[in-house]
Amino acid sequence: MSEPARTAAKRARRTRAGTSGTSGSPGNPGNPAGKAADGRSGKAPGTITYREAMREAIAEAIERDERVFLMGEDVGRYGGCFAVSLGLLERFGPERIRDTPLSEAAFVGAGIGAALAGMRPIVEIMTVNFSLLALDQIVNNAATLRHMSGGQFGVPLVIRMTTGAGRQLAAQHSHSLEGWYAHVPGLRILAPATVEDARGMLWTALEDPDPVLLFEHGSLYNASGEPPAAAGPVDIDRAAVRRPGRDVTLITYGGTLPGTLAAAGRLAEDGIEAEVVDLRTLRPLDDETIMASVRRTHRVVIVDEAWRSGGLAAEVSARVTEQAFYDLDAPVERVCGAEVPTPYAAHLERAALPGPDDIAAGARRAVRNDA
Amino acid sequence: MPEFTMPSLGADMDEGTLVEWRVAPGDRVRHGDVVAVVDTAKAAIEVECFADGLVDRLLVEPGTTVPVGTPLATIVPAGAPRPEPEPKPEPAEAAPAPEPRPTPEPEPEAPSRVSSPLVRHLAEAKGVDLARVHGTGRGERITRTDVDRATGAEPRARVTPYARRLAAGSGVDLRRVTGTGARGTIRAEDVRRAGRRPAKAPEPAPRPEEPRPEEPRPAADRRTAMRRAIGRLMSRSKREIPHYYVSTTIDMSPALSWLRERNRELPVSRRVLPAALLLKASALAAREVPELNGHWIDDGFVPSEAVHLGVAIALRGGGLVTPALRDAGLRTPEDLMAALKDLVGRARGGRLRGSELTGATLTVTDLGDQGVETVTGVIYPPQVALVGFGKVVERPWAVDGLLGVRPLVTATLAADHRASDGYGGARYLEAVTRLLQDPEGL
Repeated sequence: MSEPARTAAKRARRTRAGTSGTSGSPGNPGNPAGKAADGRSGKAPGTITYREAMREAIAEAIERDERVFLMGEDVGRYGGCFAVSLGLLERFGPERIRDTPLSEAAFVGAGIGAALAGMRPIVEIMTVNFSLLALDQIVNNAATLRHMSGGQFGVPLVIRMTTGAGRQLAAQHSHSLEGWYAHVPGLRILAPATVEDARGMLWTALEDPDPVLLFEHGSLYNASGEPPAAAGPVDIDRAAVRRPGRDVTLITYGGTLPGTLAAAGRLAEDGIEAEVVDLRTLRPLDDETIMASVRRTHRVVIVDEAWRSGGLAAEVSARVTEQAFYDLDAPVERVCGAEVPTPYAAHLERAALPGPDDIAAGARRAVRNDA
Repeated sequence: MPEFTMPSLGADMDEGTLVEWRVAPGDRVRHGDVVAVVDTAKAAIEVECFADGLVDRLLVEPGTTVPVGTPLATIVPAGAPRPEPEPKPEPAEAAPAPEPRPTPEPEPEAPSRVSSPLVRHLAEAKGVDLARVHGTGRGERITRTDVDRATGAEPRARVTPYARRLAAGSGVDLRRVTGTGARGTIRAEDVRRAGRRPAKAPEPAPRPEEPRPEEPRPAADRRTAMRRAIGRLMSRSKREIPHYYVSTTIDMSPALSWLRERNRELPVSRRVLPAALLLKASALAAREVPELNGHWIDDGFVPSEAVHLGVAIALRGGGLVTPALRDAGLRTPEDLMAALKDLVGRARGGRLRGSELTGATLTVTDLGDQGVETVTGVIYPPQVALVGFGKVVERPWAVDGLLGVRPLVTATLAADHRASDGYGGARYLEAVTRLLQDPEGL
């Protein structure tokens, strides 16, 4: 993509992120607090947004550890393409909040070098689509250097990037490619789906001596929740049961968690108690939590906005079959994104993504076995 | 060397307890000799040998319960080695075949219509003679399903892994579970429901590989076991067989008056009861309507030339068995009466023979002595029909435009709609009626 085109795309995203924030989220129409200058917007009193949680996490990390700095395209003066780093340059100065040229390969490579040299860089890539320009750095360098150096060098790098669709940004800004990274040994892949995880996972990731990729779903930035009482590190080794249930296990992560919880609510009205498992860590997968749930419910629906073929849902499904086959009372269901480049038009985009209706239908198929 | 195996003495039998040996190693046995007594859920049965030869070794101790098909003894064939005509694991197989089967080679060349080594291997493992298997694959090739069918195995049901595991753990027989999932898939819920149906604690099914020694069943258990066996068989019948029913009222006065004359000449011990006439008429009528006489095997009707009438006999203490009166159509009423007395006596004494318990081609249940007027029966799989007779009662009845009091009996027919239609059933009852109007011909 040419540079002017990318800049235009960024502006579009920024505008959308900003306007949807200031106009209040659907859940809080006309919230008077929504116009706060620092971008704390669209939330109920006493709660913070996912975006703010992320920003607080970065600020806290910079304050706690002098080796930590943030770099990426437009993270400084512009405040980050999704306004996550808004105000941080003013607070911490250009040494800690660094704007980089439009070259993913260059600044991710620089981040790897800085990490090798003892720093704790947080590298922001605007979207997972752009991260493909840095794929060589991530897969061939960051993920392999510990192995290639016989354990002498680690790359304690954290790369944050936005993933997912749902905001009318068209195919080149909307794909969910985290499953590709989850394929690579040497990387840890995190997908915070809640405000608490957004607040806590970054610090845990920075403490990891090896590269960690953090995938933030774009539709979550305006989600709000209770600020976590303890803003400390969260466990990044375990999946979380977000809703207990006995009839069917809905396995999901990141941006599809809210829709999956909504589906579980609808199912409950029909008397189907769905258990919702949030994977949180896509690599390594927490098989124990997944299988424990499958052994309780005996039915599995995997919800993944990414494409079905060869995706993360396929991996989870295979593991369930390998490890819990004799506990299955129905074929494993997958509710995934349509296998098309994500459309721009709002109604087509909606149709291409798994929504609560699709998820509930998948769960009913599994429970009633009436496909 | 031919083996003497635990026979299946009914569609409901999957294991049996060896009670005693009637032979010892070195004994000469002939086809039809009683060699052992086997206890089933229903009764102790004398089991005959199907081979001529010398008893070589006894492989199973009395008191041991083993699955059907387990070798019990080895027999050295008399003279030239002959292919083993062993009792088959399914009664369907033990039933007389419509035509004598071609004698297979002792070591059959792998027939060219066998398509895969897997099939040959499977057949070998299961002891299936491929020369006798009808191939349903392309170019009449024998498929795995054909081999399974030849062993009497039912087509594999769709069962979820969890349901299969539950069934294995709780001893539920999946063949008797109805699936409620998509395309009849058996789900955990179905297994749980099936598990609740029988007595509280279903006994875990013994693994076929490891027969475990067991005390012969005490009599009190026998009743439970028999009810369970009957329950399983009858449930299967009602589930699998689309029954249809026809009935008619038969004027018994010609038959009864003829019988009275006949009995006057006979000593009391040899007097013939009306039941014998009903049996004879039932058997003769079955020859006229062959689609009611035979077995439903592997999705197809196999008619039987001979009529072996199964007679439902109630046992003391409950339950019933249905031993066969062989060639009932060829016997005189006196013969039938004697045979019936013999069967009833031995059934109640627990001394039926294995060959009598299998092989019936049509069953008659006569509840006349119990005072009911109509009995609408449940077909005994794999047979395709059941005839029921009620009590002979005196009723006003119009004959030739005149009203009189006549002895009447209600005859019913429950038949398998897969094998015959109501028209055939009607013809059958019509034939029974006609035969009973002309008792001399019986």
